[in-house]
Amino acid sequence: MSDNQQLLLVSSHAPFWHNMSSLTAKNYNIMLAALPAALFGVWQYGMPALGVISLSISCSMLWELLMNLIMKRDVSIGDGSAALTGLLLSMLLPAITPWWVVVVGTFVAIVVGKQIYGGVGGNPFNPVLVAFAILTLSWKGILDFDTALVNYDFGYCMIFPLGAIKHFGAEAASNYDIHALFMGHQTGGIGSVFGLGLIIGGVYLLLRGYIRWEISLSYLLAVYITETLFCLSAPGKYADPMFHILTGYTLIGAFFLATEDSSSPVNFIPMLLYGAGAGLLTILIRNIGAYADGTVLAILIMSVANPLMDKIRPAAIGREI
Amino acid sequence: MIRRPFFGFLKPKLKVLQADEELQAIQDIPLPPRISLTVKNPRIHPENLDLSIGDDVKTGQKIILTARSDDYLISTATGTIAEISEITSYLGQTFTVISIDTRDDEEDEEFAESMQIPHNNTVRDFFNQLPGAPAFSSLLGFDPPINKIVVTGVDRDLLVATNQYVFNKEFEEVVNGIDILKDITSIGQIKIIASSDITHKHGNDLDIVYLDPRYPDTLPKMIVTNVFKETVPQGKSPEDIGIGFVTAETVSCLTKAYREKRIPTDKIVTVIRQNGLILIARARIGTHVGHILDTLGITVNTGDRVVLGGPMTGHTIHSLDTPISYDTDSIMVQKAEDIVPSFDTYCFNCGECIRICPVKIPVNMLIRLLENGFYEEAADQYNLLCCVECGLCSYVCMAHIPIFHYIMLGKHELAKTHNSSEETNVR
Repeated sequence: MSDNQQLLLVSSHAPFWHNMSSLTAKNYNIMLAALPAALFGVWQYGMPALGVISLSISCSMLWELLMNLIMKRDVSIGDGSAALTGLLLSMLLPAITPWWVVVVGTFVAIVVGKQIYGGVGGNPFNPVLVAFAILTLSWKGILDFDTALVNYDFGYCMIFPLGAIKHFGAEAASNYDIHALFMGHQTGGIGSVFGLGLIIGGVYLLLRGYIRWEISLSYLLAVYITETLFCLSAPGKYADPMFHILTGYTLIGAFFLATEDSSSPVNFIPMLLYGAGAGLLTILIRNIGAYADGTVLAILIMSVANPLMDKIRPAAIGREI
Repeated sequence: MIRRPFFGFLKPKLKVLQADEELQAIQDIPLPPRISLTVKNPRIHPENLDLSIGDDVKTGQKIILTARSDDYLISTATGTIAEISEITSYLGQTFTVISIDTRDDEEDEEFAESMQIPHNNTVRDFFNQLPGAPAFSSLLGFDPPINKIVVTGVDRDLLVATNQYVFNKEFEEVVNGIDILKDITSIGQIKIIASSDITHKHGNDLDIVYLDPRYPDTLPKMIVTNVFKETVPQGKSPEDIGIGFVTAETVSCLTKAYREKRIPTDKIVTVIRQNGLILIARARIGTHVGHILDTLGITVNTGDRVVLGGPMTGHTIHSLDTPISYDTDSIMVQKAEDIVPSFDTYCFNCGECIRICPVKIPVNMLIRLLENGFYEEAADQYNLLCCVECGLCSYVCMAHIPIFHYIMLGKHELAKTHNSSEETNVR
């Protein structure tokens, strides 16, 4: 008995099991899923693209580390969320992006977009989108794909597809082949043009349960349906719905950007509304608004509505109403 | 430990263990030199007890604790009272602990005598601590009266196989006990819940529901929802809507009490070893956990975790001198390296808890309020009191937040404020 008394046992509250999931595993899986599309960008654009990706990831982690030290909190760069933010931001940028734009962009993402709200989970918007929106508003010319990638010629139409239909009308869409677009033969962000890679990554994440099909699917469906309605309302004036799905940030938005946890809803109906709203707004901005691609702003706007939408939820069992 | 499935969009399959061939051998734990009996009663202080150190007790003796209350204890061994103490346990519950230095058993005759008189209802006054949870007496004296009884032949928690063992091995006693139960409670409607995995199914005129033993469908409130298609209102128990629960073990012990004319004093306990494999043991109620583990050859080291109950809903103990009680269905030992710690990170809204919650509580919002101590709002807006206490939210939490702990704390604090405000109103 005296032996027993010296024994120190660990005490804690139930449950004593955990399914061993973690934020770290989730973030690394999302990065893994993003790799096919990102590697395609590196293969296509060469070292400049790799430079942007590497700089973006490392800067994000450094900003996060710096904020951890300033705010005297545990160092959180190991959980992969800063690295993921850096990777996704670089995937949206053109391959030829000046280094200081990446530094400023990651600063906005990590410090303004996430850390000042208290870190992971506190951010009301996807930090990647906040950073990209601010970069677009600040240096429109630098992020313009046609200007940035002017020295590349891969033998297909090198005009940014959404820019082309914005400025030259729907007939410009005939310069592009849907299959070629799907295989990444288009101008755009480093990791946002390779439709096949993005879909493979997205399906992987859906199956692993790291993102929700409700958001991704409703977003893509809403893009398709809204564009179909536009086409029906004025035949010939608007591009084919599939064209919109495969160009710009539609696919990376559906699988990697709109699905960010903290800025998206968790209940079933709100997830559908969130995805559908973002899809609708994307097409509205593209067809009627001032910007060629509306994905980033559309998702940001729906994130504003996220807390309100998430109030639509089933009644708990046992609740007296 | 059951991990997150690779295809994470599926729900984890949390199958309650089935009592298979491996469990057929039961290990008898010899009577230790000292046992400790616990009685939950916050009103009794040790100095007010009507017993004192040095008193002799007999096996099966009904010990009246104080002259002023009806609380009693059934001594499960013969010996001398060596120590009387008080311990504070989970959520501030206090227990009086009476330790007895044991010697060879001598049966007390009071129960046998009361059984001589036919249809004597005083026999009920010996069943307070029949083995099995919850306390059998709560069923007998419940107000409003119980009108349906559920006999559970399936255990609530994962890896616990006590009642499945009893249901398989002592089926005749269970069936017999149900008749006795009908007799002493005069409740006609008795339903049996059994695992659909059991090897032989019983086709007699019994009202048996075979349940796919998936956690948390084995919890009483979920049985009420899924089997009776009724809903337990928030903050209430199944008993409040007239549905009482007894375990197969309790019912089997009723038969034994009538047959052998003595109160059963042994408890069947599932022992979950460090490697996750289980043993079934039979020990005297009051045997210390350390004695049971020693007998079974299970060593516990500093830094390990010892749990009374199962992996989802048990309670940790901090000393191996803790005795097993009439409601201890299992003992679980976890190695230090298998302990997954909780963190004080924030919720990042992944929604895993929302998807696994069996009663659709908005856990992601609830945890934000609980972390900040807004218990009233948590109950009003985010259904804190609907929680059936399954612990699955903590189990799947990617941020490793101790959500279940927060929920129980919130419920406890809320009950405390309500009680104190009621007291003020009375004054």
